[in-house]
Amino acid sequence: MVKNSRKLQDRLGRTAVTLVGLFIVLITIAITLFLMWKGSATFADHKDSILSFLFSSVWDPSMQHGAPNGPNGAAIFILGSMVISGLALLIATPFAVACAIFVVEISPRLGEKFLRPAIELFAGIPSVVYGWVGISVLCPFIAEVFQMPFGGESVLAGALVLAVMIFPTISTVAADALKNVPAEYSEAAYGLGATRWHMIKSVRLPASMSGILTGVILGLSRAFGEALAVSMVIGGRFAFPKSLLSQTSTLTTQIASGMGSAADGTQWTDSLWSMALLLLLISFAFILLIQIVGRKKKV
Amino acid sequence: MNDNEMLKYIAKQKKRDRIATVVLYIIASFFLVLLGAIIVYVIGKGISSFIPKYAGFGKDGLGVELFNTVYMVLLAQLISVPLGAGAGIYMAEYARPGKVTDTIRTCIETLSSLPSIVLGLFGFLVFVVLCGATWNMFAGVLTLTIICIPLLTRVTEDAIRDIPDSYREGSYGLGATKWQTVTKILLPTAKGRIVTGIILAAGRCFSEAAALIYTSGLTSDVSFSDWNPFSQTSPLNIFRTADTLAVRIWYLKTAAILPDKYELADMAAALLIILVCAFNLTARFLKNRTSGIQSR
Repeated sequence: MVKNSRKLQDRLGRTAVTLVGLFIVLITIAITLFLMWKGSATFADHKDSILSFLFSSVWDPSMQHGAPNGPNGAAIFILGSMVISGLALLIATPFAVACAIFVVEISPRLGEKFLRPAIELFAGIPSVVYGWVGISVLCPFIAEVFQMPFGGESVLAGALVLAVMIFPTISTVAADALKNVPAEYSEAAYGLGATRWHMIKSVRLPASMSGILTGVILGLSRAFGEALAVSMVIGGRFAFPKSLLSQTSTLTTQIASGMGSAADGTQWTDSLWSMALLLLLISFAFILLIQIVGRKKKV
Repeated sequence: MNDNEMLKYIAKQKKRDRIATVVLYIIASFFLVLLGAIIVYVIGKGISSFIPKYAGFGKDGLGVELFNTVYMVLLAQLISVPLGAGAGIYMAEYARPGKVTDTIRTCIETLSSLPSIVLGLFGFLVFVVLCGATWNMFAGVLTLTIICIPLLTRVTEDAIRDIPDSYREGSYGLGATKWQTVTKILLPTAKGRIVTGIILAAGRCFSEAAALIYTSGLTSDVSFSDWNPFSQTSPLNIFRTADTLAVRIWYLKTAAILPDKYELADMAAALLIILVCAFNLTARFLKNRTSGIQSR
């Protein structure tokens, strides 16, 4: 009797956790399918061309049911996302790798005690708070330095805010990668008479390159998906960024600010869904990239 | 290379080493200072703009948002902890290497790296539009759940995987079934790390705004004299619109026409930073304590 109920429990437990595991697959598939369904309406229902959606820069889709289609080119948002994430990555990567080197190689004692907790806290600060600090400190500062009459909302402000936000991601992954390089490598370099920096530069960094690259891709993917903080400091104009100080929009900022303004099923809303689908596909591409980089490491 | 050149080369390398060390120290301290500056600035500004009515539960107070934040995070954890921990147990103890396990792992990775605005739109579509509802708290809670599940799964799996096999062998040796081993031996042993993970996931929920602006909405209309969970304006009603502190900051920046919106946003940001710091410190404290126990 007791034995039977134990066996039953065992079987029930196994079934329950298996179902929960499969549930994760179900959610992922559901997200993909629903976004594909909504995101394809622009091309299936409104008969817009994919090419003009991707490459045209005129954004004025109709906001009413049954109204004639307007141009719905998303090129500004796509380029805006690429420029601002790319810039953020350029700014953040050197600092993030430097911090990782500091924690792992230069002073693990100070690093583990102060810098690592600080990096974790950086990662925990809410993105709206970054955005808020961006508006109330960074933008006025930029406006003053560059003599901008209408406030400092700009590509530069967006890239700086994003850089602070993605630096913890890159730094944490890079630190783990550096830590995984066997100690014998550095001992060999020291044995040949190398200085610490020479050893780090020519042994530790190259040996952990694929791990650092994974961190960089993760950072880039986080930058691409960040919505609200960027949207608070980027200005939101529908124009290609001409300089670091001009205002522009990105995929995420346009989705965040535009989704509520028209009814479901209008060309406006469906075009935003297509942009969301594009974001989803971009994150898939990043995941694939990380897996390829990770596989190279094993060989 | 003659001796003279060699000496020069060594001197050059030594100089470079010193410069690099100094530069790395400067960068490391720069980020410490930056973090300190952000925290002190936000909290300081919040305190300096504080007047008692901001702490109230009225239209220009943050009491409602604070309540909503805590309530929603609690509900989200209530749903996502069993799911996330269950999936973690599966991955650590039951999953056999193969296609299915690989698929689940890829899905966990995918879920945890999707932009939160995309998850928010999915929540909006499925829990709001397709349910024929308007913005409501429960839709927000379910969206937060999707964000938490991969975090919790990963933490649980790692915590259970790191338990030495001798624990399992001991348990099986006494005639325990696998499920008994999981619930009576492995979960209690991994408890500390799982709780740390739950706290970090809760922190992530506090900070989330992009996933909530189209699911649980931008405003709240509640009266704190009405505690019947089925009444429209009751704070406990999970089908009313509900804005959290993080959403409030976004709303105040972009849409609100309140006269003192900047002071309110300052306050909300300060509250959020304090919450996040408190949760981070708690998680860190628990982590140190439990890692002490396991190494003994």
